[in-house]
Amino acid sequence: MTAAAQIETTFRAEHGRVLAALISQLGDFTLAEDALQDALVNALESWPTSGVPRNPGAWLTTVARRRAIDRLRRTSNRETDSDILDTFAADEEETEMESIPDDRLKLMFTCCHPSLPLEGQVALTLHTLGGLSTAEIARAFLVPVPTMAQRLARARAKIHNAGIPYRVPPADLLPERLDALLAVIYLIFNEGYVTTSGDVSMRSDLCVEAVRLCRLLVDLLPDSAEARGLLALMLLHDSRRETRLDKAGNLVLLDDQDRSRWDRAKINEGVTILDDALLLYAPGPYQVQAAISALHAEAVTPDATDWHQIAALYGTLAMMIPSPVIEVNRAVAVAMAGSPADGLSLLHRIKGVEKFYPYHAARADLLRRTHQREAAADAYEQALALCGNSAERAYLQRQLNDMLNLNS
Amino acid sequence: MKYMLLIYADQSNLPDYSPEERLASVQEWSALMTEMKTAGIVLGNDGLAPAVDATSVRFRDGKALIADGPFAETHEQLGGYIMLECKDLDEALSWAVRLPGAKFGTIEVRPVNTYTQARDAAVARKA
Repeated sequence: MTAAAQIETTFRAEHGRVLAALISQLGDFTLAEDALQDALVNALESWPTSGVPRNPGAWLTTVARRRAIDRLRRTSNRETDSDILDTFAADEEETEMESIPDDRLKLMFTCCHPSLPLEGQVALTLHTLGGLSTAEIARAFLVPVPTMAQRLARARAKIHNAGIPYRVPPADLLPERLDALLAVIYLIFNEGYVTTSGDVSMRSDLCVEAVRLCRLLVDLLPDSAEARGLLALMLLHDSRRETRLDKAGNLVLLDDQDRSRWDRAKINEGVTILDDALLLYAPGPYQVQAAISALHAEAVTPDATDWHQIAALYGTLAMMIPSPVIEVNRAVAVAMAGSPADGLSLLHRIKGVEKFYPYHAARADLLRRTHQREAAADAYEQALALCGNSAERAYLQRQLNDMLNLNS
Repeated sequence: MKYMLLIYADQSNLPDYSPEERLASVQEWSALMTEMKTAGIVLGNDGLAPAVDATSVRFRDGKALIADGPFAETHEQLGGYIMLECKDLDEALSWAVRLPGAKFGTIEVRPVNTYTQARDAAVARKA
């Protein structure tokens, strides 16, 4: 690794922990960020010649604290500042990182406070805990750098102006705030996983970053079954990353993916983490989705998929988060488990999915399998009219041609 | 910090309470106000007359423009306010969510800029 790359890696690894500690000590989000920025500039100047210190996090914390004092001395001499200065003077020489409490959980909850706009939560989480630069986040979300800089500045200002607390929420607020935090992490992952536009390497960085944030969350909040569930879910999805797009960048359907290229290490880790989560006996939608993903991942061929279990899990999921999309998946799983007629009657009972092409595609497939060719052709046409994905469209068109006997 | 809880509701579409429900609602409001006042955090509170009784004033090109009605004709209108002193946003939100009006209207929680905060912000901008 080059010196520059080593410094970059160190910054990323230490950023969240150091910043979280600084915010606790300074009681000021913006001052802490500015001071850390100063310390990073110092490091960039001195580390290439002196080498990366033995304990880079402690080094950055100490230097940032000194820079914060400098900044406070420069800007004013208010009472509160001299209080902070007194506190600092006492422990300025402290350099052992182990003695600094890990406050990253507070930082996570503050960045994901529901009073911040969602895009601000995402950007701030990536910036503060992931150590990503404004330019990197801008590139990942396909917005100009000044736009992203402004988004970060507004979120930071709101934390201060609205009095958003810097703490782990108390027990009565924890469940809903944790849901919001998990949603932000999953959104970061999906931004990297699902979107097909933009810089490919930056997008996969988002997946890596989401997994890293979730690992950290599991470490800091080991009793949360859903945090483990989300980590398992992302690892299991990510195991298929290499096979889900073809060379032209088109989506490859699950059935058509080369299963020998799925990442076994990620699958095994995902399954192990899911098992740990289930042992906490606090079921939730991420764990159920991870279980579904695990059943797909463990099937050696598409035919070996345990559709009975998957259908049952979709039933559970639909009770946890009622959604017509989940009902469609459940109906498909029931059909795949061997009862296309049952699947079809389930499908026909779902309301509010007229604009959702997978509904029509699923209906078309089940009509075909129950030998209702005209109705199937009709449904394939409706699905084609709504579908924008080229791999899916090619499949739907082939099926439609077949129904209309155009292939013979 | 000071927070203004702004209580919005659609005044043409208020819940259709029976006399018992109305009484229960009044009691709920007064119990909560008593609880907040006992906690020593209420800096002021009032209900407002309906938005139709509002008058809006603008001064443009040297002329006062007086118009009937509220600032904006929206379904939900400001119906009252409570000013609280809380330690942080979460504390203000925890009171806001308990206001009976939150069940059918919307409570907007706005931090109040004090003189000191405005000065801090000005200092920060200059730095």
